[in-house]
Amino acid sequence: MTQCMYLVNSSPVSVSHAVLGILVRLPAHGYDLKWEHDGRFPGSRPMAFGQVYSTLARLVRDGYVQVAEVVHGGGPEKTVYAITDSGRRYLAEWLGQTEPAGPYAADELVRKTITALHVGADAGGYLRRQRAAHLGRMRELVAAQAEQREPAAQIALDHAIAHLDADLRWLETAAARIADAGKVDG
Amino acid sequence: MTALANPLLTARAVEKSFARTQALRGATLEIADGEVVAITGPSGAGKSTLLHCLAGILRPEAGAVTYHGRRLDELDEDSRARLRRREFGLVLQFGQLVPELTAEQNVALPLLLERYGRSESRTAARTWLDRLGVGSLAGTLPGELSGGEAQRVAIARALVTGPRVIFADEPTGSLDTVTGERVLEILLAAARARSATVVLVTHDNRVAAHADREVVLIDGRIEPMPVIA
Repeated sequence: MTQCMYLVNSSPVSVSHAVLGILVRLPAHGYDLKWEHDGRFPGSRPMAFGQVYSTLARLVRDGYVQVAEVVHGGGPEKTVYAITDSGRRYLAEWLGQTEPAGPYAADELVRKTITALHVGADAGGYLRRQRAAHLGRMRELVAAQAEQREPAAQIALDHAIAHLDADLRWLETAAARIADAGKVDG
Repeated sequence: MTALANPLLTARAVEKSFARTQALRGATLEIADGEVVAITGPSGAGKSTLLHCLAGILRPEAGAVTYHGRRLDELDEDSRARLRRREFGLVLQFGQLVPELTAEQNVALPLLLERYGRSESRTAARTWLDRLGVGSLAGTLPGELSGGEAQRVAIARALVTGPRVIFADEPTGSLDTVTGERVLEILLAAARARSATVVLVTHDNRVAAHADREVVLIDGRIEPMPVIA
């Protein structure tokens, strides 16, 4: 089973495969893996060190990764990990598969809005505040996009921005439906 | 809304109707000098009407529009046209270039209307076309330009007079995402380099996210800004 992390919009990304996708180029230790991963997916939540090492431990256990060497330098010792042939096949298999279309983690927005409507809370107000929060995040990502010249990073940011945009459109539609219902009821 | 100490542009309780449709119902807005503001909202909310009132193209039926403390709505048509030519730049969704004129002639046109010399106008037009990366298309007619190229020429035409305010109505609406992003970045970089104020109308969240501030218009009124907890 693959462990999942969440992008801005909580779409699942396989951390195991992302790690294999880094190791397939060069062996690396946990610290470098974390920074390479975060650089590749600038729209996602940074990977915690604990998550890096638990992922590596699982990949070693499953035979997809092996310890290449342990470096004893001036500081703490560093374990360097390398992908195995089995890991390469596992990665290639994943790259060849399509992903299921959803479910999407905008569910939390939906749950909150629907609950607000059912309990008579100010759903319209919530939608406006949520829109401002989403647009604030989009502003950060769009600014990062403008600075970015690396196509891979631009594409990763496009993905996060497109999901935010989909949420923003849903928030607008929901607000318009609530406003329309208010006009009809009123 | 928190009142700005010294706003460059203001709309106060502006109302405007077309036939039986009331497009603006008391829209109130303040824009600071050098600010980039995105006006968003659903179709028919009055976004373009508000932009046209702020730019002095439309005269509101009620309320006031001021620029530098001066009532735009009280000026006669000639004075507003002069102010628009000298102080404002306008970028529309489809560029609205004059089809019979080359890219360079289109960009030079606002300067010629302001009685600048032909050679001086032509040099300025060339400079702006070069800055926007379309200098090689100076002799091309609008019909032969791609959407992105035409929009760059339109931006050059809007900027050539050194406007203090740039009004843009869906400036990337006819372009694909990547081309639209490039055109918008060019427009905003040029505006920010000159400390010009930008008022953008858009239904595109990506475009709105480039602005310093978003103003949401619903049914002809500005939505109060939500406070984020």
